[in-house]
Amino acid sequence: MTDMMVLIEPMIPALRRYARALLRDRSLADDLVQDCLERAITRWHQRRPDGDARTWVFTILHNLAINQQRRATRRGPHVPIEDAGDSVLARPGGQEDRLRHHELMAGLAALPEEQRSVLLLVAVEDLSYAEAAKVLNIPIGTVMSRLARAREKLLRIMETGSATQAGGAVLRRVK
Amino acid sequence: MSSERPISEDDLHAYVDGALEAARHAEVAVYLEQHPDVAERIGGYVRLRHELRDGLAPIAEEPVPPELNLRRLIEARTHRRHRRFAWRNAAAAVILLLIGGTGGWVLRGNLPPDRANMNAIAQEAMDSFSVYGADHERPVELGPADKAQLAGWVASVLRHDVTIPDLSAAGYHFMGGRVVPTSHGPAALFMYDDAKGNRIAMLARPAVIREAPMSVHVTSQFCGYAWADNGIGYGLVSGASAEKLHPLANEIRRQIDQNA
Repeated sequence: MTDMMVLIEPMIPALRRYARALLRDRSLADDLVQDCLERAITRWHQRRPDGDARTWVFTILHNLAINQQRRATRRGPHVPIEDAGDSVLARPGGQEDRLRHHELMAGLAALPEEQRSVLLLVAVEDLSYAEAAKVLNIPIGTVMSRLARAREKLLRIMETGSATQAGGAVLRRVK
Repeated sequence: MSSERPISEDDLHAYVDGALEAARHAEVAVYLEQHPDVAERIGGYVRLRHELRDGLAPIAEEPVPPELNLRRLIEARTHRRHRRFAWRNAAAAVILLLIGGTGGWVLRGNLPPDRANMNAIAQEAMDSFSVYGADHERPVELGPADKAQLAGWVASVLRHDVTIPDLSAAGYHFMGGRVVPTSHGPAALFMYDDAKGNRIAMLARPAVIREAPMSVHVTSQFCGYAWADNGIGYGLVSGASAEKLHPLANEIRRQIDQNA
């Protein structure tokens, strides 16, 4: 039990951050992290002892998140980011900061899921490109191209300040 | 200083993420100084990276809610397994009581004296299983890849060769095993699980009685079969019902006879 405690417990804050950034819903995200931890406990003895525990746990979480999002898509339209953004991902700060933050979160939400997860894993969770490739089960070249597209698109959204419209449009098109 | 390798788009992103080696990082920095248009775009990426990290950092700084307490999750998981065992075995015990007396099946606590030895072996198997059967960290010391090493270890400690049964045809995958202590000396413990993760374990150690017929043993948590062949006592234990375990015990006994 000790190995598992020592290796997994420090990851929990980062797992919550990744799950919430993907799902944009606090309780859904925490439920997902709980599922992830339960699976990690059950399968702990099956993981490759030479493998990296963080990559392994993030893989479990990412796969659960993808399934969750697919179920949500089947159930109906996504919560509009205008409603979810502030309460879920808000942070203190001046009004300008808050506006900029709101735009950024809306822009993140407007990215296609596959680009969003690469950007979060690499730029926020500090996974190496190789680790991100493992978590997402894609070649490293695909990680690089998705990362490039994510940044290009997010920068464009932030520059034009059209996140909310862009977000709405993309979400509608996905359905 | 400058290498021949042209600066790639991948280099620019690795620069943003701080993933370049120092020399290459310096080369990209020089390139950016000479190309202000690219530098502007990359500066934007750097800023985005900082803003994303800052913007999402408060989530990771929140106190972890109680339902994500890892220690409690581990304990809850172990508790659930035991409860499952208990329910199944309550059902199994009822079935056994109903058909009791029809075969050579004897319930624990009501055994003839010559079965005392088998009783001890079944109990030892259950004791070990209650620890390692619920362990997710290190249920086995040596895994399937080290099967030969495990057999050698067991043979040297027990001074007897012990067959490692193959239960894959019955849907049970060999997880590995270890040597465990009992009040009657060292024993081998081999563990198996099925596709759903249900585990069973077989304990084997030298026994005083050379041959003993198969007997069934049921407690509130586990059910087991014990027997002796050729001076080795065997105890097979699981949280499943006796009627599921019985064919496995028969199969193990068949394989051991074949190897004798």
